[in-house]
Amino acid sequence: MTTADTRSPAIADLTADVFVAGGGPAATWAALAAAEAGADVVLADKGYCGTSGATAAGGTGVWYVPPHPAEREKAKASREALGGYLADRRWMDRVLDQTYANVNELAGVGRYPFPIGADGAQIRRGVQGPEYMRRMRIRVQRAGVRILDHSPVLELLADASGAVAGVAGIRRQLDTGYRVRAGAVVLATGGCAFLSSALGTNVDTGDGALFAAEAGAELSGMEFSNAYAIAPAFTSVTKTAYYSYATFFHADGTVLDGAGSTKGRSVIARTLMAEGAVLCQIDRASEEVQRQMRAGQPNFFLPFDRLGIDPFTQKFPVTLLAEGTVRGTGGIRIAGDDCSTSVPGLYAAGDAATRELICGGFTGGGSHNAAWAMSSGSWAGAAAARHATALGATARRREIRPLGEAGLRPAGTPGDPGQYREVVAAVQEQVLPYEKNYLRHGERLRPALDSLDATWTALRAGLRGSGAERFRAREAAAMAAHARWMYHSALARTETRGMHKRADFPEQDPAQHHRLLTGGLDTVWVAPESASAVEVAS
Amino acid sequence: MIEVVSAERCVTCDKCVLACPTNVFDLGPDRIPVIARQSDCQTCFLCEAYCPADALFVAPHAHPEPAGSPLRDERHLAAAGLLGSYRREIGWGHGRTLGASLAIGPDVLPGFGRPAAPATASPATAPPSPERHDR
Ligand SMILES: Cc1cc2nc3c(=O)[nH]c(=O)nc-3n(C[C@H](O)[C@H](O)[C@H](O)COP(=O)(O)OP(=O)(O)OC[C@H]3O[C@@H](n4cnc5c(N)ncnc54)[C@H](O)[C@@H]3O)c2cc1C
Ligand code: SF4
Ligand code: SF4
Repeated sequence: MTTADTRSPAIADLTADVFVAGGGPAATWAALAAAEAGADVVLADKGYCGTSGATAAGGTGVWYVPPHPAEREKAKASREALGGYLADRRWMDRVLDQTYANVNELAGVGRYPFPIGADGAQIRRGVQGPEYMRRMRIRVQRAGVRILDHSPVLELLADASGAVAGVAGIRRQLDTGYRVRAGAVVLATGGCAFLSSALGTNVDTGDGALFAAEAGAELSGMEFSNAYAIAPAFTSVTKTAYYSYATFFHADGTVLDGAGSTKGRSVIARTLMAEGAVLCQIDRASEEVQRQMRAGQPNFFLPFDRLGIDPFTQKFPVTLLAEGTVRGTGGIRIAGDDCSTSVPGLYAAGDAATRELICGGFTGGGSHNAAWAMSSGSWAGAAAARHATALGATARRREIRPLGEAGLRPAGTPGDPGQYREVVAAVQEQVLPYEKNYLRHGERLRPALDSLDATWTALRAGLRGSGAERFRAREAAAMAAHARWMYHSALARTETRGMHKRADFPEQDPAQHHRLLTGGLDTVWVAPESASAVEVAS
Repeated sequence: MIEVVSAERCVTCDKCVLACPTNVFDLGPDRIPVIARQSDCQTCFLCEAYCPADALFVAPHAHPEPAGSPLRDERHLAAAGLLGSYRREIGWGHGRTLGASLAIGPDVLPGFGRPAAPATASPATAPPSPERHDR
């Protein structure tokens, strides 16, 4: 493969105080915080830090609420019921404070050009993805962080005690391996959208959750993993905000009653299943609103302008694309205020971590994910730096061993390197269909899980990648693991709460007012938080 | 998906090769990037944003355009003003105003969707609901 001279030369063995996996908002805020705490930091992204991940492509509203008691109270109260009362007000306060500080820093030192409102003050409630993330890259570089682009992490390294001591990965454009010994590692690899092509998410295959589980960490809230977003049919653009100005129709042009962007999304799903098509027209936007939409989110219009559709006057077909845990809330369990996990030396931030702490079991709409990414990133980065400092030079002298298993070190006879494609297809078949994942029912979840468990058993035995694309096998394994944690948890939660809606248990059950933890790889367990883990049959 | 690399416009800066998050491009023999792994393209449009020469075009479909599609035809795209249009809209490039500085969107309507009953609040009169902004 040819390479460009802008890339740094081949690097095989590095040492750092802090290693950050990922290159989105969570990773860049983590790298900044660690560097500002005096740590020597290496950040590696699967893609390019600045364009990779859900924020860079999409842009986000941010939970930016000035510290006025009444406004803060309203902000906290607004989501508690939707999230099934699984959030924690103390964490909301922390995230609101940290997000307020980070966004102000982005406006100040970061010189992000927030628009000016009628009152002459900047409006800081949202960011355009490309602009935000190119500025974060520049800041991270100026802070002295070494960035490895196109360098997916493949696995964690641990010392004899099980503490995380570094990572191994590959530089895909150079087809060479790399290894970083580090005092602490931050996982900021995003959520998992199962390669659905929802905007910017195909790099988000849940890798960090797999790494964490291999190191012995738990996950939380994995039943809250069935976010689906509206997009013009056959496109990737899952930008949903402006559909609040839309009317939805049957294919024959009659109005589809009850269909809407949030509450009525299940109506859209049912109609897509029953009738094969749903049409949409953004017919409730005045000319002024139309103009504001173009200024606010230009990427919303890319499909329309390029396909020659006027979305305000013409009906166009829509679909729902899975966004899994990207706009769900499940992820690696956070064990402390500093975003530590239960494994020493391992920290988690952004979509890789659970967001239940601030929004319980629901997030679609509300800017919490963006706020969480920057806040948790800052905390994880600072704490990782402290951890590394406390270890001092001993960190570099530790005996290290690799932790990667599925997709990397098959337990049986290695299969064909192209096998990852079949695994991806098998997982997608169980997690993308609306009738399995979105409109959940025990009768459909159970066989889907059986199929996923069988996929896991087979991949564990033989899946292995090769060459520069060998991280594909790890992605496939991560997706399969993710799907199994999701459905084990979804079956265990025999009620409807947050975004997890069970047709066979349509009510919220006060006896299940707790978070669900899950974990394990060959044998998956699920347990209520704070109770001891019990194994469930897989 | 990425459909067009204009050899005529490309200034061989390598930016797209580096910036594409899914590593779709390789450098060709003449240093003009080639679409080496189109099936990995995630249709995120970011290569266009980074291309200083308006030489790239990403069709909005998440599958390849069929042969003969106008969205694969450089001349058609140039005439329709589509080459470089995303970069222009976000205001990247010399002498442009950054789109982010103008990005004042409309209020997202309460309920974030059309109610089941006939709509009571008209969009023009609905109170704004900043807590529910999402994208
Ligand atoms: C269309 C869309 C609109 C959205 N709108 C909003 C909104 O308005 N408000 C809101 O709050 N949230 C919104 N979200 C959610 C928000 O984008 C995410 O919560 C946010 O991007 C999370 O940041 P992150 O850094 O954790 O993950 P990401 O931004 O997804 O970044 C993950 C990074 O990890 C890298 N990575 C993955 N695996 C590896 C590996 N093995 N090794 C190294 N690197 C790896 C990826 O390349 C990527 O750079 C939206 C999401 C989408 C898809
Ligand atoms: S649209 Fe995105 S994924 Fe596709 S080639 Fe361009 S940058 Fe790469
Ligand atoms: S970014 Fe544009 S000009 Fe630069 S190499 Fe790519 S196609 Fe050519």
